[in-house]
Amino acid sequence: MRRLTWFNATSLTLGLAFLYLPMLILIIYSFNASRLVTVWAGFSTQWYGTLFSNQGFIDAAKVTLKVAVASSSVATVLGTMAALVLVRMGRFPGRTLFSGMIYAPLVMPEVITGLSLLLLFIGIGLDRGIFTIILAHTTFSMAFVAVVVSSRLMTFDRSLEEAALDLGASPFDAFRLVTLPIIAPAVISGWLLAFTLSLDDLVIASFTAGPSATTLPIKIWSAVRLGVSPEINALSTIMIGIVAVGVIGASLVTKRAALRREADERAAVQG
Amino acid sequence: MGQTVFEPWNDPEARPLIQFRNVTKRFGDFTAIDNQSFNIYEREFFALLGPSGCGKTTMMRMLAGFEKPTEGTILLGGKDIAPIPPNKRAVNMMFQSYALFPHLSVWDNIAFGLRRDGKRRDEIAARVEEMLKLTRLTQFARRKPHQISGGQRQRVALARSLAKAPKLLLLDEPLGALDAKLRTATQFELMDIQEKTGTTFVIVTHDQEEAMTVASRVAVMDNGRIIQADTPARIYETPNSVYVADFIGEVTILSGTARKSGAGYEIHYAEGVPPLYAEDEARFDNGETCHIALRPEKVAISAERPEDRRNAVEGTIIDIAYLGNLSTYHVKLATGQMIKAQTANTRRLALRGFTWEDKVWLSWTDTAAVLLKE
Repeated sequence: MRRLTWFNATSLTLGLAFLYLPMLILIIYSFNASRLVTVWAGFSTQWYGTLFSNQGFIDAAKVTLKVAVASSSVATVLGTMAALVLVRMGRFPGRTLFSGMIYAPLVMPEVITGLSLLLLFIGIGLDRGIFTIILAHTTFSMAFVAVVVSSRLMTFDRSLEEAALDLGASPFDAFRLVTLPIIAPAVISGWLLAFTLSLDDLVIASFTAGPSATTLPIKIWSAVRLGVSPEINALSTIMIGIVAVGVIGASLVTKRAALRREADERAAVQG
Repeated sequence: MGQTVFEPWNDPEARPLIQFRNVTKRFGDFTAIDNQSFNIYEREFFALLGPSGCGKTTMMRMLAGFEKPTEGTILLGGKDIAPIPPNKRAVNMMFQSYALFPHLSVWDNIAFGLRRDGKRRDEIAARVEEMLKLTRLTQFARRKPHQISGGQRQRVALARSLAKAPKLLLLDEPLGALDAKLRTATQFELMDIQEKTGTTFVIVTHDQEEAMTVASRVAVMDNGRIIQADTPARIYETPNSVYVADFIGEVTILSGTARKSGAGYEIHYAEGVPPLYAEDEARFDNGETCHIALRPEKVAISAERPEDRRNAVEGTIIDIAYLGNLSTYHVKLATGQMIKAQTANTRRLALRGFTWEDKVWLSWTDTAAVLLKE
């Protein structure tokens, strides 16, 4: 193993500090007893208490979760279908256009996506609310799912599907019983990506949200404009906690699966 | 007590299982299969042999249902199979990559096809166990494909494709991924299983030795056409063209002009040397171009000119390929032609008579060579 040299230790410290110091300060101040954000007055969990009694935040959190679950699920279905068409169909009229349009939302500035959706919803007379946010989030996160799933499909061995057909499976069964289980990790990570994108989106949500529905990022943003309150720190700490648990959990699962596979392969080699 | 010879292709009464009738397959401008008609009979082990890109895989994929003929019809048991999708055909295929489902155990892989037929649970279990036993995989039933060796994977693929008891089993380069020793063992295993189950096998391969070992008939293909389809022995002994002679095994081809002489032909292959003599079925006009195909094992090598043979030429040893059991000598004639001669190494290497640059005599009998028009 390589030793931790003076240079390495410095880079590591600087890198970690750069990434995590702001969050660390935010977490510390969320336990501040004082109402003033920048003055430390002892440890307290009172802001967590007031946060949970703030109906506005609770409602916004519910809306955000509903939007994230619904939009990422629909986006996963649509994105996977788009990926299948792009990878499988070979050449068809309009393929280049379609693939270009699928990937456009990835590079399109969010302001433009949001604005164009707003104009569309006004144009067709759709009342803005939770439904329009779901539609908007589906639209842009579907592109991310399509990218993740299509890169997995590129390396997928077509003969597996042919084998399923050959053994008497209908094309739908071949997809359901063979293709889907094998590409499932990519589909799940596509879903997670869409879910996270929806969870922290501010720009598109603020264009497409109506008075009846507000998401958490919008709520936080508008609250902060009136001054940073310790409640916001508490809320952010909870969000950091959820994300951290998710990320660590996902990497543990992946690592365990990889380790098990390695052990299996060793066992197979030894006969 | 002699066994009856299995030769349905010589029996005018026999009804073929598969009939290709003027089948052509094009991919855009490229013609993969060029107007082919031939029959495959029940219980046959039929090999499609050829270099890559000769159309053998396309032939197989049309039988499986993954490709449709552009022109012509393919009949299976007398019925046109063009409108039947792959999942409704009584044909199963063993894929080159095996295409085992990585997320399913060996047991579930074999049961996959049976489950699609909606068979009863105990029926499926019984059939899977039978297949596991046939392919000696019983102890690996619960393992996943990545937990077993390459040879075992090959047997799982075979068991899975045989589980539904298809009328016809297609094997696409089934042994390509195995090492030489395992391949030989598996070839005999395949023949054994084919005999036990009575299934018709069609195998695609580029390995001529493999085709010769397993098949009842071999079809040698080139550029979308079957050049010759016959038993391994006839393909080797009486090839119908220089292409087939050259593709199967080692051979020396000498070209010249034929002249009728007694029961055979004198072939003038070079200026100023006596002609060679050969007796064969092929008929030539005087002066017609003629190719002599000479198998190296039929050519004898000696230090002195043998008295009793009409065909004898002198040359210099240029190269020796030592294969352990055999040695092949590459001998250059004074007229420039190169002839290969093979001897069995029945003695130790140290006692071998000839070495590089030695002047030797090559000789062969009147019926050893095959005469070919093209």
